[in-house]
Parts: sequence; C-alpha cells; structure tokens
Amino acid sequence: MIIEIENLTKRFGDFVAVDSVNFSIQEGEVLGLLGPNGAGKTTTLHMLATLLKPTSGTAVVNGYDISKESALVRKSIGIVFQEPSSDDLLTGYENLKLHALLYGVPSSVRKKRIEEVLRLVDLTDRRGDLVKHYSGGMRRRLEIARGLLHNPKILFLDEPTLGLDPQTREHIWGYIERLVEEQRISIVITTHYMEEADRLCDRIAIIDHGKIVVLDSPESLKRALGGDIIRLEIKQPDLDALKKLDYVKKVDARDATLSLTVIDARSHLQEVLAVVGRVESVELHPPSLEDVFLNYTGREFREQEAEGGFWERAMTMRARK
Amino acid sequence: MSELSGLYALWEREFRIFLRERSRIVSSAINPLLWLFVFGGGLGSQVSVGNLNYQTFIYPGVVVMTVLFSSIFYGAYVVWDKRLDFLKEVLVAPISRVTIFLGKVLGGVTDGLIQATILLLFAPIFGITYGLNLTLVYAFLFILVIGLVSVGLVIGSMMESPEGFGLIISFVNFPLFFLSGALYPLSNLPTWLTIFTAANPVSYGVDAIRALMLGTHTFGIFVDFVVLLMFALLMIAIGSLAFKRMKL
Ligand SMILES: Nc1ncnc2c1ncn2[C@@H]1O[C@H](COP(=O)(O)OP(=O)(O)OP(=O)(O)O)[C@@H](O)[C@H]1O
Ligand SMILES: [Mg+2]
Repeated sequence: MIIEIENLTKRFGDFVAVDSVNFSIQEGEVLGLLGPNGAGKTTTLHMLATLLKPTSGTAVVNGYDISKESALVRKSIGIVFQEPSSDDLLTGYENLKLHALLYGVPSSVRKKRIEEVLRLVDLTDRRGDLVKHYSGGMRRRLEIARGLLHNPKILFLDEPTLGLDPQTREHIWGYIERLVEEQRISIVITTHYMEEADRLCDRIAIIDHGKIVVLDSPESLKRALGGDIIRLEIKQPDLDALKKLDYVKKVDARDATLSLTVIDARSHLQEVLAVVGRVESVELHPPSLEDVFLNYTGREFREQEAEGGFWERAMTMRARK
Repeated sequence: MSELSGLYALWEREFRIFLRERSRIVSSAINPLLWLFVFGGGLGSQVSVGNLNYQTFIYPGVVVMTVLFSSIFYGAYVVWDKRLDFLKEVLVAPISRVTIFLGKVLGGVTDGLIQATILLLFAPIFGITYGLNLTLVYAFLFILVIGLVSVGLVIGSMMESPEGFGLIISFVNFPLFFLSGALYPLSNLPTWLTIFTAANPVSYGVDAIRALMLGTHTFGIFVDFVVLLMFALLMIAIGSLAFKRMKL
C-alpha cells in the first residue's frame, strides 16, 4: 500500500470537515475522490500532503507517517492545488527551476529533468513566456509538470481540469493517462467531472459531509445500483403506482425529473409508462457515475462546481498589482 | 542541502520579480526625491540645523525613510502569495519554515538596498560628499533593513487581504518615521517625545547614517550598532515563529 489512511479526522472549531476517514491506495493506482462542495476533499489532500495537521487519526504515505515524518512525505509527493499556484511574474521555466531548487533536485540532472516535464505537457516552446501570458489550460499543465518534476511516487491532483474547456480537459486527461502508463505513479485525484472520474480512476471514493460513503471501481459502483436508469420528464408522476412495481428498485423525484432504477428496464419500460402518468420525455440508459453519485449523496453531480472556476481565479488573481 | 538551494531559489524569485517591476523601482525613487527637493528645499530656505543646510540635514533621514517604507511594504507580497496559492507551493516543499522566512528576508533586503543605492547616487546634489565610508553605510542599512523587512513579513503573515495589510502598515510606518528624528535633531526634545524616539529602532538607523554622512549624532555609532543588531535578531526570531505559525 502506497497510502494507508486511518481514522483521519479534521475539525475546524466545532465543524467536522473530515470525519474518521479510512482507506488505502495501492501502488500505481488512480483513486478518485468525488463529493459535493465542502465534502472535505481538499482538506483530506492537504492533510496527506502535510499542509494541515489532522485533529486525530493518521496516515502513512510512501511508508512515512504524515505527522512525524513530514519532510520525507513531502519528498515523496507532488501536488497540484485546486487554485492557481504558479508565480505569474516568472516564466514557465523559472517556475520549474524554483521548484527544482526547493526540492533539492541535483544540479546535474536539473536542466534535463525540466526539459523532460516541459515536453511531457507540450510547453517546451512556451517555456520562456511569463506565466501571466499563459492560458488557463497551459497554466494547469505547467503546474502538473511542476508536480512531477522531482519524481514523486504519488501525485495529488485537486480538480486538475476545473473550469477548463472540454478540449483542454481532454488533453490533460491524455497526459495523466500517459503518466500512469509510463511511470507507474500513484494518483489521488479530486474532481467535479463524472467523465473524468470514469475515464481516469481505477477506484472511486464518494465522500459526503467528511465521510467516505462508498469506495469501489466505477464498474462495481454502477453494477451495485442493480438496474438500468429510466429518466422521465413528468409534471405529476403517480408515485404510488410506481411503488407497487417490484422491479422498480429506486425512485428519485426532483422538480420535473423522475429517475427510476429499474431491473431489466428495457422489457419493463412500457409497463412503467402505462402507470406513471403523462410523460414529456423518456430516456433509458445503463447506470452512469452520475446515477451512482445521485444515489449516494442525493445530489446531482452536474450541479456541483467549485466556487469560482480555476480560470476565473487565474484571471482575477493576477498577482502584485 | 535543499535548505540552501531553497533559500537561494526564494531569494532569486524575489529578485527577478523586483527587476521585472521597474515601475515600482522608479516610483519608490521619486517619492524620496520629492521629499528632498520640495520639503527639504522649501523648509531649507528658512531653516538650518547647526551649520548644516536643512536639505543636507534630512538627506540621511530620507534614505532611511525610503528603506523603511519599502521594507515594511514588502510584507504585502506574503499576502499576495497567499492569495495566489503560491504560498502553498512553497509551504509544501521539503524545506523548513525558517528557511522560507529567511529567503523572503533576503529578497526584501536586496530590494531595500537597491532602492537606497538609487537615492545614494543623488547624494552630491544634496551636499553630501562621497568621502564617506560607503561600506559602513551599507552595513548599517543592511542590519536596519533586516529588522524592518521582518516587521513587514510578520504583519503580512498574519493578514488575509492586501487592503487589511495596507491599513495596518500605515499605522506602523508613520509613527516609526515621524518619531525617528529623520526630519529633526533628537537633541533638546521634550521628555515625552524623547521616550518615543529612544524606543524607536529606526532612530538608531537615522542616527548612524547621519553620523557617517554628516558627522553629527545623538546616540553614537556604537550604541546604534548594538541596538540595531538586537532589533534585527529579535525580529528574525519573531518572524521565524510567525512563519511557523502561519496557517494556509
Ligand atoms: N481553514 C478552514 N477553516 C474553517 N473551515 C474550513 C477551513 N477549510 C475548509 N473548511 C471547511 O471544511 C469543509 C470542507 O472543505 P474542503 O475545501 O475540504 O471541501 P471540498 O470537498 O474540497 O469542496 P470543493 O469541491 O468546493 O473544493 C467546508 O465546509 C469548508 O468550509
Ligand atoms: Mg476542494
């Protein structure tokens, strides 16, 4: 196990942000932390990265205790923060060099290593530009490159593609996949994007109110719902009639949308439509992570968006004005 | 090993950024020159101190004023680093908080001494001859600036917003400046004022620079040295502690 977390807890005053979290991560695994705003994802990562002291509990990262051996933990990890954290009055190259010196990367390999990570994220030809002239996606790529510069065993990615356009997001996913394949690095990633979690993660932990609600592979999570999803647009559903149907495993009504988890949904579709009432539209699909998320947190995933996207922050936080 | 290279890296970053912000260098040189020409020149047409022209008399004080304001203001960059989460990148690195603090101090000292140098280039205009011992002038400025930069950094480490920082430092800057004897001789002051000026570390900076440039002094250069050194060491200790305590 590259990370082992035991009863990790963080309180801010009376508020419990992370509540007795337990899980472990294998070498080479990509673990996703999914949860609504304020669920405690960032707080968990910050404790694992030794930036925050746990109130109680502990974790072992790459064999080192986060409370007692923070310097060794720090050398083992790379982290990409949720908010922009590169200096925009330095060039991309200078940001990387600064990082290399902070981590004591020996001068004999420093240049070569910087060139390597620049190539990995396709920023070689923009290395001499000030970061304030970078786009949001370039900046994010630079920060990923920086997190990798000192050859960490573990990479923490806190919403790596937040607020980026779909194309850039696709790009970054590509880099992450290549990374896992070529370097066997272990990754903990928090995200607001289903697609991202589905595509990148070996296992997903859904976290809500500081607690891990469920942890499994995306496939098992979907399978565990025990049926397909029928989504209906409907103003006045007849919920009582639905409850009588034993193959309808779960009913979720919100606004004018009804989500049903139905065993063997295809063959039962006509029967459902016959009793439920006047329907505006119908959608039948195998369970997605969205449905899993809704099932465990009672919230729609797509409503979740961290306050102020990365790009917005990058634009408003132009430093030193 | 990475402590030393980290220290260098943090200093280098501050220095690069300082050089990139030329407008800041220029504006920080214009302010003291205005003081010297307008305030010093205006009052100097009526007033002299001993056998010294008033403009000449306040020149050392204005040099100290320049490093005072720029050093305390330098703490704002910690607040900016917090805002931009750059601070997290530094705090998560495998180097100690003391190193991080000292890296910042070195950056601030470099900024302050460069700004002092710009002003020193104008010295002959204000009747200061270069016969003076520049090495000693820099040595005293160096010790003084270490203490003052640390004060700014301590304040910056505790503040969340640049606005809040700006408000606090105006309450720090002006007493330190006006109670330092930069604009008037410290001899023959009313007792209550003497208490304040003697408790103000900046007074000893002004006294030392004035002694080196003009040959007049109140405390004497040895006392100045001891007080400034203690001030610098004390502030380094407090600053290291403040950085250790600094929350994200
Ligand atoms: N320094 C702090 N002081 C007090 N409360 C805090 C502090 N940091 C975080 N919290 C609270 O702890 C909870 C968890 O925050 P955290 O940033 O870990 O959530 P998150 O899951 O990362 O959310 P998001 O998706 O919005 O990034 C939130 O309710 C937040 O307000
Ligand atoms: Mg977060």
